[in-house]
Formats: sequence, structure tokens, C-alpha cells
Amino acid sequence: MAAGCGFYAGYPITPSSEIMEGMAELLPKAGGAFIQMEDEIASISAVIGASWAGAKAMTATSGPGFSLMMEGLGYAVFTETPCVIIDIQRAGPCTGQATRVGSGDIMQSKWGMHGDVEIVALSPWSVQEMYDLTIRAFNLAERLRLPVFLLADEAVGHLHETAEFHDRFETEQRVRGTDGTPFGSAEPGGVPPMPRFGDGANLLVTGSTHDDRGFRRVEEAEAHARLVGRLRRKVLDRRDELVDVERHELDDAEVAVVAYGFTARGALAAVRELRGRGKKVGLLRLRTLWPFPEREVAALDGKVRAVFVPEMNHGQVAGEVRKCFRGELRSYGQTDGEVIGVETMVAELERMV
Amino acid sequence: MPRSLEQYLRPGLKGTTFCPGCGHGILLHAVVRAVHELGLDRRELLFVSGIGCAAWIPSPHILADTLHTLHGRAVAYATGAKLANPKLTVIVVSGDGDLVSIGGNHLIHAARRGLDLTVICANNEIYGMTGGQAGPTTPRGAASATTPGGNPYGPFDLVRLVLGAGAAYVARFPVTQPRPLTDAIKRAIRTPFFSFVEVASPCPTQFGRRNRLEDVGALYDRIRDLSISRDEAFGRSAAELRDRIVVGEWTPEDLLLAGGGRVPGAPAC
Repeated sequence: MAAGCGFYAGYPITPSSEIMEGMAELLPKAGGAFIQMEDEIASISAVIGASWAGAKAMTATSGPGFSLMMEGLGYAVFTETPCVIIDIQRAGPCTGQATRVGSGDIMQSKWGMHGDVEIVALSPWSVQEMYDLTIRAFNLAERLRLPVFLLADEAVGHLHETAEFHDRFETEQRVRGTDGTPFGSAEPGGVPPMPRFGDGANLLVTGSTHDDRGFRRVEEAEAHARLVGRLRRKVLDRRDELVDVERHELDDAEVAVVAYGFTARGALAAVRELRGRGKKVGLLRLRTLWPFPEREVAALDGKVRAVFVPEMNHGQVAGEVRKCFRGELRSYGQTDGEVIGVETMVAELERMV
Repeated sequence: MPRSLEQYLRPGLKGTTFCPGCGHGILLHAVVRAVHELGLDRRELLFVSGIGCAAWIPSPHILADTLHTLHGRAVAYATGAKLANPKLTVIVVSGDGDLVSIGGNHLIHAARRGLDLTVICANNEIYGMTGGQAGPTTPRGAASATTPGGNPYGPFDLVRLVLGAGAAYVARFPVTQPRPLTDAIKRAIRTPFFSFVEVASPCPTQFGRRNRLEDVGALYDRIRDLSISRDEAFGRSAAELRDRIVVGEWTPEDLLLAGGGRVPGAPAC
């Protein structure tokens, strides 16, 4: 709400329902609109409709609901609709363990939609970052006209700790405009201004391949290649401003941990414990997961001998790390519905240093 | 379409995508005429549609804001847009397969909530765009690409379905009765709650061809002859009314007369 969110649509699902209940209470008082929809497909649909009607819009969900949202998210990417999706990841697959933790949706957020898409996904590790990165997610969604994901996990989602609400921060205002080409840009990675319903722009919004005015171009190879290409470059050309990592004790490290989300908290504790024993270990924390911080991981190549990637899935991020790091890589996947213990990570790292 | 209504059509279009003999062009005319006669501000009009032939009725043809969404989801998108900007007049135009099969859940929940949406359902009794498969409105026994031996199942009665779900105004007219159809669309738009208009619109290419009704005239004659007004239908047996298209207008009070149901919005006693 600090970021200017004016619309929430959702469907109850553990462990994300607290966000929905909070919005049900607070949003109408602030002049926004809240609605509980009949399922997650309807929720993301209503979010997209509201976004085109001019509202900064969001939803929150978890595993099974995230799966149901995939078709609408593809529509949001293709129609360049700003929206924010908070996924409080739980132990999957399927219904899995609804109250238990997991982080198995990393690949789904990028590859769960059919076709080739580029999206932005952020990974908070604290209550403070749930706040800070939600604001950032809204700003990026509005600036780039795309869905932005907050890939939290159940452990962060249910964490109780102090956080500071800021008095001053920047919020992005959508660039509106009715120049007649709401779906085209002269630049290969450009973001066109976005009129809203009621502005008199006679909008043609469609999930089919379209030209810069919105007219369907469903059989022209060049039109499809140009649109898909721009939607990819819109994200990839801005990777430097999107990618956000945090480095701990890496300067002289021989072994680096690459971690994200709640797991990175334990990883930092493990690194500190081993440093106390004189072991040269460090941590690269990924606060952006998509676009993947390839250069930042590749920068470890030649600097550290080995990389350790602990995850509450079986190597979803380790696979991406493998693509850009040529040294020894140890992937540790744990999917028992529990967070990865500090002692587990210490033991794994001790075998490497 | 007369010149006076061309202002509602998007410039630069070279004809429609509808097959010869399709009823959707008549429905497009009725929708545009209804909007014109109501004198609505085009800037505040939003047309939402799903996927299928009927979803093309507003998009790209009508010169207003249009949101051409995913298969079945039009009503959910419309719900979000209406809530975010209540000043918009939101009209959903889509087909029977889109709104009632894959989108059936969204339809009944929107009717239950009673938001001010108008849903116009072009019912051609078949999936046209995907090649003539059976839908939730295909008559029992009718041939389709997926029921070559005849449809073993019966169709939804959309009027009863949507009225039972809580719609404030429901109407059904065929494209062979364009004036009552246009008036029903006007009443639906004026209704400040959820309203629904089912439109019987023939599909020569898929339904006609597969059911020995190749002659477009015969197809329209069939729709006209099957249509029977509410008053004429009153008191007739279910057997007599089987396969007939009962046309007219309904409100929640009709449910009370039938001995069941609570009027939406009225306090429970």
C-alpha cells in the first residue's frame, strides 16, 4: 500500500492468506478495492483487468494457486500489464505440505508459462525485505509494464521480527499517454506509455500477437518475432538495474555459498561460524532471481575454488549457477518441509574447505 | 449497418471475420444500436471478451476500449476493471463455450456478487472457431466433431442457470428478433446489477453443416420456428418445450413464482 497499490484480488491459500486478510481490512479504508475471487485463475484475471483500469494491482498465493495463475501471467507478460504477485512458497509438488516450507517455484516463475518470457523475480529474506522488495516490485512492474514476482517462502512469510517502515521512498508512477501505439516502441527494448480504460484511447488489448496499435497479427512471422523480441529485451537490456545481490566475506574466500530467501540467513550464520574457525568462506546472496545474476556468479569464477548452493528444492538455482561457474559446485537440496539448519550447512561446507 | 452507426466501428477494418450466414454480425449491430440509443459516452465504455468467434464481436470491431482476454476469463477480467473504475460501463460479449463451459465458474460467481456488469452470450450451440466440437449448449442428439453419433448429453438452460445464480435481469432472444433483442440489451445495460442476455445466433459453418442444415435460410427458419415466447410457453409440458427456445425476459421474482430462491439483495427473513 505504501507503494500505491489500489487493488487486490485473491483466493485463500495457506501460507499466504494473511496478506489477503490484511488487504481486506486495510485497502478499502485507503480508497482501494479488494475482492475475494472464486479461484486463482479469476484472481489474476481481475488483477489484470484492474491494472488496465488504472490501478496498481496485486495478488498473493502459494504453490497450487501459483500453478493456476500461469495462464493469466502469460497474458500479463504479452499485454505488458503491470502487476505484482507474491508467492509464499510451500512444500510441493501438488498440495504437498501446505503449512511447510519450500522454494520449489523458482523455475516455475520463469518457465511455467508456455512460450518464451522474461520476468522479474525478487527474493526477500526478512520481514524488512518483504516490505522493501514489495515496494521495489511495484516500481519495477510499473516502469517495465510486466508482472513482477516476490518469491518468498513460508519461513519468511510467517516470520515475526521488527521492520522499519520508511517515511520517504520513491514510488514509480505509470507513464500514461495516448499516442496511439500502446504496444510498440522504436527501441528494441522500449517500454511504451500505457493508457488506461476510460482515457479515450479506444484500446485494443489482446493476448494474441499484435502490432504496436493492438491489432491482431496472428499469421505474420515478423510481427511475432518483433513483439517477443522486444518483451525479452525489455528485461534483459536492463539486467544491471534489475539484478541485486549482496556479498558477505567474499574478498578472500576460497569457497562461496550462493543462497537466497530464508536459506541465506542460515547460510550467513554458517559462514560466520566457519570464519570464526579461520575457514575462508563467503556468501553471495541473490536478492534478484530473474533475470538470473549470471555475471555476479561468473565473477566468482577464478576467485573461489568451489561454490556451495543450498536450496529447499533439488538444484533449481544450482543449475543456473552451473551455467556460469566452471569450478567445483556442490548442490544441496532439501525437501522435507523444514528449513535447512545452520549445522547442516556448516557440515556440508566443512567437507569443502 | 446504417451510416449513423458507423461511428461506433473501428476505422480501417476491412469487413468482419464472420462466416457468411453467421448470426454474430446481427448481434454486433444490435449491441452498437443499443449503445447508440442509450446515448452512452463512448469513453466510459469497456467491452470485454474471451476466446472464440463471438469474442470478436467487440474486438476489434467496436471503436471503444476493448479487452480481448483468455478463454473463459472475460467475466473475471471485467470484474477487476469495474471495481478499479466503477465509472466504466462494462459489457462482456462472448460465446456459449467461452462463458459457460471453461468460464462457467466465473459466470455464476459474478451473478452471485451482483456487480454492475452486462454479459451478452452469443449461443451458437457449438464451438465454431476450433472446428465444430460439442459445447455445454449443444442440443441432445446433435452432431458435432466430438459427438459424431449425436450428443449424448443435454444442454444448459442458461436463463435458469444465471437467474438461479443471482442475476438481476436475464433475457433470451434470437438474432431473428433484432428489435426485442436490442431492447433487452438496453435494459441489461441500464440494470445496475449483474445482467445477462442470451442470444440464439446460428452457425452455418459448423452446426449447420454437421446437422443437415446447410442452407442458411433453413438454419434461420429453424431458430425462428423453435422460438416461443414466455407467455406462449406458460403451462406447456416439458416434453412440448423440449428443444424449443423460450424467449423473453426474467427477473429474480420469477424464481419466487416458481416456488424457490431468494431475491438477491433482499434481506433474508
